[in-house]
Amino acid sequence: MQTNQIFLLFCGVLLALGLAAFFMARAKATRTRASGTAMYAQPDQYAWFSVLITAGPAVLVSAVGAFAMLLLGAEIPTLYLLASSLAIAAIGLLLGLKQVRPDFHARQAIERVIQGILAAAAMVSIITTLGILLSIVFEAVRFFQMQSFWEFITGTIWNPGASFLAAAGRGDEAGSAAQFGSVPLFVGTFIITLIAMMVAIPVGLFSAIYMAEFAPDRIRTLAKPVLEVLAGIPTVVYGFFAAITVAPIVVDIAGVLGLDASYSNALAPGLVMGIMIIPFISSLSDDVITAVPDSMRQGSLALGMTKAETIKSVVLPASLPGIISASLLAVSRALGETMIVVMAAGMRPNLTANPLEDMTTVTVRIVAALTGDQEFESAETLSAFALGLVLFVVTLALNMVSVIMIRRFREKYRSNNL
Amino acid sequence: MSQSFDEITAQLKRRHRKSARLKWMSMGALILAATFLVVFIGDMLVKGLPAFQQAQIQVEVSYTEQSMQIPPAAVSDEARSLVSRGYLRLIPGRMRDNPELMGTTRMEWVLADSEVDQYLKGHYTRLSESHKRAVDRLKEAGRAELKFNTRFFTSGDSKMPELAGIASAAVGTVLTLIVTMAVCFPIGVMTAVYLEEFAPDNRLTQIIEININNLAAVPSILFGLLGLAIYINFFGVPRSTPLVGGLTLALMTLPVIIIATRTALRSVPDTIRQAAFGVGCSRWQVVRDHVLPLSLPGIMTGSIIGLAQAMGETAPLIIIGMVAFIPDVSTSFSNAATVMPAQIFTWAGEPERAFTEKTAGGILVLLAVLISLNACAVWMRKKFERRW
Repeated sequence: MQTNQIFLLFCGVLLALGLAAFFMARAKATRTRASGTAMYAQPDQYAWFSVLITAGPAVLVSAVGAFAMLLLGAEIPTLYLLASSLAIAAIGLLLGLKQVRPDFHARQAIERVIQGILAAAAMVSIITTLGILLSIVFEAVRFFQMQSFWEFITGTIWNPGASFLAAAGRGDEAGSAAQFGSVPLFVGTFIITLIAMMVAIPVGLFSAIYMAEFAPDRIRTLAKPVLEVLAGIPTVVYGFFAAITVAPIVVDIAGVLGLDASYSNALAPGLVMGIMIIPFISSLSDDVITAVPDSMRQGSLALGMTKAETIKSVVLPASLPGIISASLLAVSRALGETMIVVMAAGMRPNLTANPLEDMTTVTVRIVAALTGDQEFESAETLSAFALGLVLFVVTLALNMVSVIMIRRFREKYRSNNL
Repeated sequence: MSQSFDEITAQLKRRHRKSARLKWMSMGALILAATFLVVFIGDMLVKGLPAFQQAQIQVEVSYTEQSMQIPPAAVSDEARSLVSRGYLRLIPGRMRDNPELMGTTRMEWVLADSEVDQYLKGHYTRLSESHKRAVDRLKEAGRAELKFNTRFFTSGDSKMPELAGIASAAVGTVLTLIVTMAVCFPIGVMTAVYLEEFAPDNRLTQIIEININNLAAVPSILFGLLGLAIYINFFGVPRSTPLVGGLTLALMTLPVIIIATRTALRSVPDTIRQAAFGVGCSRWQVVRDHVLPLSLPGIMTGSIIGLAQAMGETAPLIIIGMVAFIPDVSTSFSNAATVMPAQIFTWAGEPERAFTEKTAGGILVLLAVLISLNACAVWMRKKFERRW
């Protein structure tokens, strides 16, 4: 018999056992109740409890078994595993039927099981974070066993070129040794992020001020969805826009000004990334500005301040923590943004501060390292995980600071809708 | 130091002017953002709309023994370089399927080469002058025209721009999103129900909450690293498949769904819960019979938005190899597949001008789907929104 036939059979038998548990338990409970004994729970609840105790452990055992086979390579024949699960299901059925007693709290038992299942689901997010952390750290450590950590942090030359030869045991044949100095990548990432922020923060903040303080309701209800559309456009589309439309325009303008720009300059992805980030800043800042209590505005206007003065010296200082928090979130977005830079920025690590030259970013190198035809064990592939680790730590820190800032704001103004 | 009335009036005027200036500046910022959007969409439309049309030319196709062996022989020398080579290659197969074609010569509308297509659309091409004149002659005789490009929607990827379509990517997207939703919808809703309705207020709960917020802000590419290291290398899930893509996107979409569901659950007033507890419901009964049905529209809205987000995601899928070249539509979860954003990425890397057009065409299709999904979510929110 083939594995999936056995599996189908297993499912069928389990289903039959479950149905049997349901109807037998219900019949027994109904009978007990009909004989005049008061019971703690309804017949259906006894029935569901029996189903849970029949199917639950059986499924759990087979899942654990499959896990062990897959992961630890344990040699458990599928047939035996599923047969033992069925045996456990049968025992569960008997136990469940035995529990149909007037003094058994079936409803509370179900409640406990369900709470357990829900809590297990909640653990998935923790496991995901741990999974990200472990997978990255584990591979990054392997990378740092091959390459020095200090050189990775301070080196200024990123040249993974010949590292695949080293992985193939021919390291000494290579003309130049692989070098993994990540400073040019960090500088490139930083400059592109800076350009993006120079577009996004002013435009986003002023849009938020307009929407929160000046705009009539009609424009406000119209403008919010428009900005949300900007946030909903896939990044690959922005990347295409940056590479095909914006980059040539930048080159043309630079040419008119007598400057020499590369077609994969850093300015184009930076500008487009800024456009992408506008809605993050505007919608978060808008929320924060509207959460500033009106009494503060009224007090300021009562003293004879104009609207602009009120905004500048009362509303904005009050909402500053929120605005900073929004900007930090935006920075973390920009650092981790991949598609725009992969499509529009350069591939060549280039240590420069001139945004018209091509430069590369951390995310571009991660993609380049993992889409090449390198062996997984090679230093270049593993370098992606080291870069990923840096990215993870930096974005995590930015998010943490951002959360703390927004919490401080919320506590100060007792605003619950943030 | 006292100021005269006139001085104060002048000062006041200045201050009000400043106020007006701030108003216009902030309005300008909003208009700028809107202009970006308009320019962007306009640019995509100008570049992408031509992709929905494809040049066809009317030529004599002779179905002979020889064209069975050497397909290019089926058309005349003059037309040969104008007809799509990919189309010619399909001729023997068609002859096998329809034996009655053998020995006949027919006037047929056939797919033109992408260079002819570009020429007819008025773009730059690499066609030689004599070929251009030939196309002009055909056009004057009404034998070369742009027709609606059905192939774009029915065929998979191809190295020849005139044959390339988004069907295989669209199917891949659907399969991937089925996996994504099957995994993250139940887990997300269960997590949210646990945190809102069941969880005791202790350390663990706080950690889970902080963790979910952090997860929502983790760069998407790191989920790709997770997928590569854990799913592919550790569990041995086959690379490039909708299965591994869907599982990776599921973890990425999970926080979106959890946060949306929690908001929806929170908007159900406590009086409902108290009334249900009052008549003796247990906690699970309250959730199942009252809270969940009342918050379902909100949960669905949040899930659709999460789905749209997952649909546009590319970076993690590149890492796990979903940028494969997929010429045939495959409906299996464990065969190599590609998704629409990845297809766009692949085409964007092709050097031919005709592929730029295809890329923008694919983008238009993707944007249309995303905008209708989001519109659907907004409509649902409007329709089912309840004020308590």
